[in-house]
Amino acid sequence: MEIAFTLNGEAKRLTVSPATLLVELLRDGLHLTGTHIGCDTSQCGACNVLLDGEPVKSCTLLAVQCDGRTVTTVEGLAKGEALHPMQAAFREHHGLQCGFCTPGMIMAGIGIAKRHGRDISRETIAHELEGNLCRCTGYQNIVTAIQAGAKEMADA
Amino acid sequence: MREFAYAKPASLADAASAYASGGEAALLAGGHTLIPAMKSRLRQPDTLVDLNAIPGLDAIAVEGDRLWVGALARHAAVAASPVVAKAIPALACLAAGIGDPQVRVRGTMGGSVANNDPAADYPAAVLAMDAVVETDRGAHAADDFFQGMFTTALDDGEIIARIGFRVPQAAAYAKFRHPASRYAIVGVFVAKYAGGHRVAVTGAGPGVFRWADAEAALDAGGSLDALALDPSELNTDIHASADYRAALCVTMLKRAAAQI
Ligand SMILES: Cc1cc2nc3c(=O)[nH]c(=O)nc-3n(C[C@H](O)[C@H](O)[C@H](O)COP(=O)(O)OP(=O)(O)OC[C@H]3O[C@@H](n4cnc5c(N)ncnc54)[C@H](O)[C@@H]3O)c2cc1C
Ligand code: FES
Ligand code: FES
Repeated sequence: MEIAFTLNGEAKRLTVSPATLLVELLRDGLHLTGTHIGCDTSQCGACNVLLDGEPVKSCTLLAVQCDGRTVTTVEGLAKGEALHPMQAAFREHHGLQCGFCTPGMIMAGIGIAKRHGRDISRETIAHELEGNLCRCTGYQNIVTAIQAGAKEMADA
Repeated sequence: MREFAYAKPASLADAASAYASGGEAALLAGGHTLIPAMKSRLRQPDTLVDLNAIPGLDAIAVEGDRLWVGALARHAAVAASPVVAKAIPALACLAAGIGDPQVRVRGTMGGSVANNDPAADYPAAVLAMDAVVETDRGAHAADDFFQGMFTTALDDGEIIARIGFRVPQAAAYAKFRHPASRYAIVGVFVAKYAGGHRVAVTGAGPGVFRWADAEAALDAGGSLDALALDPSELNTDIHASADYRAALCVTMLKRAAAQI
């Protein structure tokens, strides 16, 4: 099937089989390996990407469902050398250890910031991270990073 | 995943014909139950009929004494809808507690109700609020709709269009969430009407059910302490024994009733 969509700001026209998951198209087809597969069972959020600006699990979405829509992966967040404010906040606040969960956490963080605005409590962020697993950090610095990133996004 | 054909009809009628001519077909709404099932090959449809391009199926509106929610309304949309918040705040609250934000942005009410997972949240609201499940072929009363684990009154290929909740005077939902999946280990929905209370329990048994003794106790306005469900009819799994679920039912009932 032919699909047309915008990926990281660029118009794409591709032929995919309906059984292709978005995450498979991104990683195997387009070699955008920043989007990770943690569980492949819709639990961990490592595969989160933005679909029309909203975080979704790309392991639970068919590539054909993105026809006519806009997809942003972690590779598409920075503007040239300038990191997205949420990426910068993860670096600044050491919101990662091994980094495997990080792309999905950044996407979830962007969603949280968009829904809740500039000043978000740690409790709200922890609650809204229910769909993201991290096996390293214990989450504290991730929450700090999202809190700071949300402020930066609002002020940017 | 096994290969399949993909159809994206623009009307309910076209969806029905794509389903009828699609061999072993399946309807796709939010995909957050169906796609995992296809990945694990529990489901292997020949044709996937995607309902997402049908206009109007996500509408939310009050008509007369009912709140109508379109089958394709996402959990996040129900949670954030001012119409839902005004008519039945407990329903918005329930929707906000399903899964996680990424699940809520895709999963739909119609998909959840059609699937009738014994631990899903919406079936408790549908049953407690005496809802009408309207389809492309007719309508089902909630009391006849849910027929035990993953089984409903829907015919093969019958498509839910919208669900009409009878707006209660007051309602509340209390759920003891599974800490990983967020599904209900036990969830109790209480709705209060001029004619009496309706109580529906999800998660505890092989399918959602009404709890007549609890309804009578709430109508009488007395203590809920003496209520007990028979554990031999409840689920036991690695997460909770039947006895524990029976105790949780009373606790969740009290929590919901306290909000009314
Ligand atoms: C990590 C995770 C956590 C979750 N946590 C919860 C939770 O806490 N509580 C909860 O209740 N659910 C939970 N869910 C399930 C989620 O709510 C699903 O989205 C929902 O059960 C199915 O809805 P869907 O729109 O995704 O349906 P789909 O997966 O698209 O479809 C499910 C089934 O319904 C059929 N169907 C879909 N739409 C229609 C229609 N309009 N008419 C007739 N048949 C139809 C499909 O053919 C399929 O058989 C969770 C899911 C995941 C992945
Ligand atoms: S890989 Fe998609 S949720 Fe874990
Ligand atoms: S930093 Fe290693 S999984 Fe989160």
